[in-house]
Amino acid sequence: MMHGTQPAPSDPLLDVQNLVVEYGVGGKIVHAVSGVSLQVARGETLGLVGESGCGKSTLGRAVLQLRQAVSGKVLFDGQDLTAMHGDTLRKMRQRVQLIFQDPIASLNPRRRIGDIIAEPLVIAGIKDPAERRQRVRDALSAVGLDPQLVIGRLPHEFSGGQCQRICIARALVLNPDFVICDEPVSALDVSIRAQILNLLEEMKARYGLTLLFIAHDLAVVKAVSDRVAVMYLGRLCEVGPSEQLFAHPAHPYTALLIEAIPVPDPDVRPAESVPVGEPPSPIAPPSGCRFRTRCPRADARCSSEMPELRAVAPGQFAACHHPLI
Amino acid sequence: MSEGALLSIEDVSVDLPTPRGNLRAVDRVDLTVGAGRTLGVVGESGCGKTMLSRAVLQLLPKKAKLSGRVMFDGKDLVRLPPEKLRKLRGRSLAVVFQDPMTSLNPVLTIGTQLMETLQEHLELDMAAARQRSVDLLAAVGIPAPEQRLMQYPHQLSGGMRQRVAIAIALSCEPKLLIADEPTTALDVTIQAQILDLLAREQRRRHMAMILITHDLGVVAGRTDEVAVMYAGRVVERAPTPALFKKMRMPYTEALLAAIPKIDAAPHASLPAISGRPPDPTRPLPGCSFAPRCRYADARCQTEKPSLSEAESRDHLYACFHPVETAAEVSA
Repeated sequence: MMHGTQPAPSDPLLDVQNLVVEYGVGGKIVHAVSGVSLQVARGETLGLVGESGCGKSTLGRAVLQLRQAVSGKVLFDGQDLTAMHGDTLRKMRQRVQLIFQDPIASLNPRRRIGDIIAEPLVIAGIKDPAERRQRVRDALSAVGLDPQLVIGRLPHEFSGGQCQRICIARALVLNPDFVICDEPVSALDVSIRAQILNLLEEMKARYGLTLLFIAHDLAVVKAVSDRVAVMYLGRLCEVGPSEQLFAHPAHPYTALLIEAIPVPDPDVRPAESVPVGEPPSPIAPPSGCRFRTRCPRADARCSSEMPELRAVAPGQFAACHHPLI
Repeated sequence: MSEGALLSIEDVSVDLPTPRGNLRAVDRVDLTVGAGRTLGVVGESGCGKTMLSRAVLQLLPKKAKLSGRVMFDGKDLVRLPPEKLRKLRGRSLAVVFQDPMTSLNPVLTIGTQLMETLQEHLELDMAAARQRSVDLLAAVGIPAPEQRLMQYPHQLSGGMRQRVAIAIALSCEPKLLIADEPTTALDVTIQAQILDLLAREQRRRHMAMILITHDLGVVAGRTDEVAVMYAGRVVERAPTPALFKKMRMPYTEALLAAIPKIDAAPHASLPAISGRPPDPTRPLPGCSFAPRCRYADARCQTEKPSLSEAESRDHLYACFHPVETAAEVSA
């Protein structure tokens, strides 16, 4: 846990600096990520939350260089991934893996599970078939599947939860340092969701992983994260230790997200939602603070001056002219 | 069945033929909804909640076989001729689906789709239908409704499309609205707005509503009664406060415990439900939750518990070993 005045842990495994990602749609520019800086310490889980279209998935992909950044740096273990190409980048990527939202769509339906999980090993140049088989078996056992029963079968023979286990095995087979989980449980049923979240925690401990956990469900993010970063329309609103951030949100947007979670208790009457409307388009984001069009606290300054992230409590940072704490 | 119910589903089963054999999607379900009341139907994917709503609407797949009665406003929908059924659907029996992109017609404007319903059922002329459409869009919180009439669904966001779908459903003042996972495709901030909108319109119109969802959090503050479904059957049914305070069915308990709580500490292990629901083409002789249940014994494997009364007439559950106290699960 950090208590500094800088939002950066002293020796981060991932250090994203002022990252800007834009892409064109029909001749217009979508400002998907606009100057985001964040750090993930070794062994930490950083949760990244926000509504759809806020740029959280684009950010995850830009870390892996699956989307080209316009500017900014992505330092992984001290080396800038944005400056790497070809083989150097490919080698580096073996240490960073990705788990996607839709486990069924992210497995090739025509390939057998054993081959799907062995593929990263083939690409990594592990030539000995016996070693590959052993590592595939180890990865499958680790995620709670019986290698004997699974290796020869096709993805359609498995349920969504089992497919997500297979995806996790594929991500772990190369022994990565860092795993980006992009909405790994939002396509799964409640009863299966808890199994997969527990499995991710187990794998993190067993393989000594560092995680970037991207999701729109705050309760899910809180269950697994040490720190949480809240993103809105391409910018970070708030970063802080999970418990602190949920107990005392500083940014009005964080507070809005927390308030909107349905509570499974009939005595908690849902607060009549503030008619805050919908997020504006990232093609033409509002001037100044991007949240001001939905913010109950916004004033003239919010439309003219972009708020910078600054400390509001030990380890907690918010980009707001009128923070709640 | 209780007197004066607007909708009463009586001993309804739905069977679907599949290459793997008969699939019983809905298994002998009894439910009632009174006028102006809200019933929550909760369950995971494949539990039969959507097939049940389609049985009410008489929109089942062609090969499906339905048995039982669906009494709505004094008429048995199962035996109603198609012509009369069509007059009922859209007018006094309306529905909002999960994905507004597929339930709206992509090649027709919002205005055409709204006015079509109004002209068909209420026989309004063009000008009156247009005015009423504008009023409806304004009522569901759509800014600049006049301009929206000319737009196509793809020009609206997901939340706005769902508002349009709700406006269409409400257009003929239905007596019953079936909302099938109306907010599952939406962001959490939009979800709260849509649920509030549904609740507000329901009160205003004294309309009955069936809210179908996989999220116990969604039904908690917004329904009068909840039915929990598992593997095609209703396994517990109770007034909402009673269900959350004194749940008796182990599945309900496990489902609630498995939801990550916002007030729980980070990295706390979640009480997951092991395994997964049974194959619906291979029905189990005993309780279908028994293989995943921590209270199950030999009797649960061989004998199917029926849905029976707990301490009160309106709290029913299907279990041989009901949960005694559920106080510690919500922590």
